[in-house]
Amino acid sequence: MPKEPARRNETMLTTRRGATRFGDPIFRGVAVISGLSVLVILGLMIAVTIRDAWPAFQYQGIINFFISDEWRSGFSTTPGEFTGEYGAFSFIYGTLITSAIAVVIALPLAIAVALYITRIAPRRLRNTLSYTVELLAAIPSVVYGLWGLLYFAPRVLRPVMDSLTVLAPIPLIGRLFEGPVVTTSYFSAGVVLAIMILPIITAITREVMAQTPREQIDAAYGMGATDLEVIRKVILRVSFPGIVGATMLGLGRAIGETIAVAMLVGGSQRWGVSLFFGGDALAAHIANTFQDAFPETLTALIGIGVVLFVITIIVNMLARVLVWRIGRIAGDASL
Amino acid sequence: MSPNTPAPTGLAEKAATYRSLTAVDSHSRNRQLRSRILRYCLIGAMIIAVLPLVAIVGQVFINGFGTLSWEFLTQVEMPPRREGGGYLQGIVGTVYMVGIATLVAVPLGILGAVYLVEYGRGILPAIIRFFTDVMTGVPSVFVGLFVYAALVRNFSFSTLMGATGLAIMMLPIIVRSSEEMLRLVPPDQRAASLGLGARKWQTITRIVLPYAAPGLTTGAMLAIARAAGETAVLLLTALGSLRLVTALTGQAQSSITLLIYAGAKQPFEAGKERAWAGALLLLAMVFILTFIARLITARARRG
Repeated sequence: MPKEPARRNETMLTTRRGATRFGDPIFRGVAVISGLSVLVILGLMIAVTIRDAWPAFQYQGIINFFISDEWRSGFSTTPGEFTGEYGAFSFIYGTLITSAIAVVIALPLAIAVALYITRIAPRRLRNTLSYTVELLAAIPSVVYGLWGLLYFAPRVLRPVMDSLTVLAPIPLIGRLFEGPVVTTSYFSAGVVLAIMILPIITAITREVMAQTPREQIDAAYGMGATDLEVIRKVILRVSFPGIVGATMLGLGRAIGETIAVAMLVGGSQRWGVSLFFGGDALAAHIANTFQDAFPETLTALIGIGVVLFVITIIVNMLARVLVWRIGRIAGDASL
Repeated sequence: MSPNTPAPTGLAEKAATYRSLTAVDSHSRNRQLRSRILRYCLIGAMIIAVLPLVAIVGQVFINGFGTLSWEFLTQVEMPPRREGGGYLQGIVGTVYMVGIATLVAVPLGILGAVYLVEYGRGILPAIIRFFTDVMTGVPSVFVGLFVYAALVRNFSFSTLMGATGLAIMMLPIIVRSSEEMLRLVPPDQRAASLGLGARKWQTITRIVLPYAAPGLTTGAMLAIARAAGETAVLLLTALGSLRLVTALTGQAQSSITLLIYAGAKQPFEAGKERAWAGALLLLAMVFILTFIARLITARARRG
């Protein structure tokens, strides 16, 4: 680099004064506007969607919009007129259950992988391994959807789901595993979501674990602790807040994921307790029905979008507050 | 020794009840065993975590390679029942929309980062940074709904609307990655430039930005890769099209991702095969972009 700036400074001294004098305030102004653009867009997104969804909330009643599980699209073409029923509970439930499945599967796996990469793996393999896991984050969600719909769900998950129904007789939690099993179900969507959020949870967890104070680890080993004891009593304890933040970030991603879930969750407008029920989730329902929606249903779909947005914003803000002090997390998986 | 501490009595008896540190009893053997089991569990987890990547890339390659041909790249999609044809309208649409989105989001994002690093004082940059991070987590379908409600409703589904949605998705990614890169520019470079009489804007445009260029390119490429793989936003803003569309406004536009989505959901084998081929094409594009981005960063770090 050293040659470049020197040459450029020479030309700078000879530039016309008029151009440089106003350069600073103008450039500053442009930069400030660009910086504010994110806030403006975010603000506009909230304002416009709430404005457009309001008639649907008003028609259905906000509380009812959340707790009613009857969703029947209306076919009115008159603007502002509502004829259907818009209770979004089925989709809220679908979003919660699929994301819960995703986190339950992805979190232990992510912690184990992060531990393996930071503690066990040979030093020269570490970068390659984390890069490999993070490459999962680069795969577009429509490819996950295609692979899940045409290969993974029918060939791999179907037999798994069929055999899991043996758990059905267990009291209480048995209801989660009741048949009949359908191939595109909460479970299929949840497992694919787990794969999708694995890289982000792993990346942040690994980063957090790498920041465990060296002295504490050495001290524990020096006292004769085994690998397991160092991991359990030092690393996991120190990294706990960061891992919670990473989980929240993954959860936010799972809640907002649209296309892969739309292809795998089933697409019905009802809900069921069983994990093998083909239901629908908030984001997925928008994608699944948007193209055929009449104006009144569109208003209600925007209402679903607002609910989705509020949930993800809360989860993300909590996550960011928790991960905040760890500083910037390297790697594109966290973006 | 102070007078009020009791004298160490019975050392000999104590020593008899203590065992040597090097003695291996059932307890320590148990601890070792559990530690070793954990080690194998972690290795197992690592293997399980790599499996999906292998499975997805493998399946996409096996199912897509046969259909991916010159014809696939240069012909418009056939009705799903018929064989042949390709994803030309999707390729054109993706290049078109991602290109326009890049032209808007990259300069805006880099300038936003310039504000955060070079001008930001007080609490405002912290607020912007926080909400930029939050915005990376906003569901893409919500961005699509916003563009639909704010713009598409008043105009129509079009290339420009799709590009708007993609630009909104790309913006926070570019702001945050560019900010990181600008922070890596040594303060000495700025001081030297200012010391030679350059104004602040000259310092930024001629010293800071060129110095950070490799890193800025990396961030932009990762954002482009993200945008190329985006579906949900486009579903609500570009809608999809059966024909080749070159108009910026007025006509619904297609993309590779929209064609894959439609192809996977319909029942005919020929359409599904084209969806696999489209996925292979998309995966290749995204991986190449990611790979080049890594390469640039690695080279910049070395040199």
